Amino acid sequence: MPKERPEHQIKIMITQVSDSLYSQLIKTYGENLPSAEPRSLDEIRKQAFERFKRVGFPTVKHEDWKYTNVQPLVNQHYELDVEPSFAAIDLNNAGIPRLDAYRVVLVDGKYHAGLSDDVSDVPGLSIMPIDQAFERLCFAKYFAQFADKTDNPFVALNTAAFTSGLFIEVGKNTQLSKPVHIIHVSAARQPVFNQVRNLYVMSAFAEAEIVESFITDDAAERNLNNLVTEIMVREQAKLQHYYLQTATSQSSYLNHTEIYQEKHSLYNNYNCTFPGPAFVRNNINVRLGDSEVESHLYGITLTAGNQLVDNHTIVDHLKPHCESYEWYKNITQDTSTAVFNGKIFVRTDAQKTNAFQQNNNMLIGEKSAVYTKPQLEIFADDVKCSHGCTIGQFDNDALFYLQARGISEAQARILLVHAFAFDVTSRFANATVREYVEHLVEEGL
Amino acid sequence: MLSIKNLHASVDDKEILKGLNLEVKAGEVHAIMGPNGSGKSTLGNVLAGREAYEVTGGEVLLEGKDLLELSPEDRAREGVFLAFQYPVEIPGVSNINFLKTALNEIRAYKGLPPLEAREFLNRVKEKQKLVEFDAKLANRSLNEGFSGGEKKRNEIFQLAMLEPKLGILDETDSGLDIDALRIVARGVNQLRSQNNAFIVITHYQRLLEYIVPDFVHVLYKGRIVRSGTKELALELEEKGYDWIKDTVDAEGAA
Repeated sequence: MPKERPEHQIKIMITQVSDSLYSQLIKTYGENLPSAEPRSLDEIRKQAFERFKRVGFPTVKHEDWKYTNVQPLVNQHYELDVEPSFAAIDLNNAGIPRLDAYRVVLVDGKYHAGLSDDVSDVPGLSIMPIDQAFERLCFAKYFAQFADKTDNPFVALNTAAFTSGLFIEVGKNTQLSKPVHIIHVSAARQPVFNQVRNLYVMSAFAEAEIVESFITDDAAERNLNNLVTEIMVREQAKLQHYYLQTATSQSSYLNHTEIYQEKHSLYNNYNCTFPGPAFVRNNINVRLGDSEVESHLYGITLTAGNQLVDNHTIVDHLKPHCESYEWYKNITQDTSTAVFNGKIFVRTDAQKTNAFQQNNNMLIGEKSAVYTKPQLEIFADDVKCSHGCTIGQFDNDALFYLQARGISEAQARILLVHAFAFDVTSRFANATVREYVEHLVEEGL
Repeated sequence: MLSIKNLHASVDDKEILKGLNLEVKAGEVHAIMGPNGSGKSTLGNVLAGREAYEVTGGEVLLEGKDLLELSPEDRAREGVFLAFQYPVEIPGVSNINFLKTALNEIRAYKGLPPLEAREFLNRVKEKQKLVEFDAKLANRSLNEGFSGGEKKRNEIFQLAMLEPKLGILDETDSGLDIDALRIVARGVNQLRSQNNAFIVITHYQRLLEYIVPDFVHVLYKGRIVRSGTKELALELEEKGYDWIKDTVDAEGAA
């Protein structure tokens, strides 16, 4: 029996494994973090960088990363900042049929004015590259106020090193008549590690829909995208937020979304991932910061090939009389892996909380895997909370029943997967997006 | 229409059908009766092509075409319809959508264009009436939360919609009260024609009072051991299956 390795040796070993990118980052940014006016941001970056430097990249020994090994990803060589190649970007793969929206295109995180709609004449709507928002009052107020309080080292790295991303502000009482469609394109012709930072502010009584598509340009080299999005939903505001992950195997994503909600606000997230990107880790954290807040998190994940898709969510009930509703469905094919970790906190103050969580998994691939972990931590005593989780396989009796009526096996599978996803897809507020997602499910089978 | 010769089939390596022969002509209704475990449901499932049932010998021809070669969906498209003993509940798949998909796939197989929406809805309305199937049920998820009787009526509603050549009713009478039984039987009787045929699998004679068969066959130990007209069913009802078991086993011993 080999003796257990002492703790410090393990740490040394781990650091060595991910040495290349880590030391590249330390060397590049150690004395030279991105800087711009106002200087107040410099201090935030410096502190964040120290945090990242201290912890480094997570390993599977960290509970939050147990099933999601980032070491192979961060053990490769990347360029840290490349000039975006704006030439010949093909947006066809991000097109949502019949969706009339304000289009915003980010190429490797950088705002592409030529491909984006000019929204300067839309009352109450401001969209701009994030570095143009540094002087804004609400940037100073909300930037790094939420995501950086978590212990995700990728957030710290992002805060320290981001140079691109998007700022959106929907003004007080503004109800957007069209959704904002953000298209994230990975297009760099050399291997790249992008740090993209977004801040969306929904002012009081504002209402909007934000649809975000992720695609890979055909000519792109492999790319690792570290995105952090902070979302402030102010009093009485409503935001419908869609993630449509349709990139290709060249792309991998670390996507951290941190939402803070004020009184009487509504935030709905619809998180959809399809066959394509090699590695996707989503962290979606919602803080219900005041009373009478409502939040819905829906997820539909269809994986194939050797994909890994990990959805970590936190629903944090801080105040009384709030309602949260979470339903995630995973369908795994081939040798792919899906991870779901849903944590609900009900803090001492959060009496009369109503929290629901459900995760259902359908394993189609005999060698596919699902790891699921629902977690409830309740500190208040007058609450209604429920969670449930199922793992199952394809229902062969149902398949035969459909075939016995003349429906082909392929079509029968589509019908059954649609049926499985129905609890989630039927909740989509936007029928056009729903139709598109159902189409992507069919294509992905 | 249907010709079954020396059919052998097993489930989990256990032989259930042991040389079954049956000829069904267009326009005929054949009843298959028999004690529990005689292989009645196996016959229905083998004809429909359920994977767990392995055919180990014999042949089945539908209008001269080798049925056993075909996938379950192609059998359905060729005109075989199995009304299930236990219809499956499929939440999230709407009854109507399911029927539209099925009907159009069968039509595509025959080289026909999809049915126009209006034509389809007219047909739905007409056939719903036939089996007194509630329009509300038609719009619900497939069999989800249906009562036993509603599920069986849905099977006959589907049969009416798809207009198969050969309808196989697998214990459609089980779990039905007398009113539901009458409705189901009336539906089937209205669907009977010179161009189609039915195999009615049942344990009891009761159903055959409403769907009057041209021929009655008794299945026992995987073989048809007696064939006759509807009077055979009455005789069975009177004397019980033990009568068949005893005489057949005695013949076997001799």
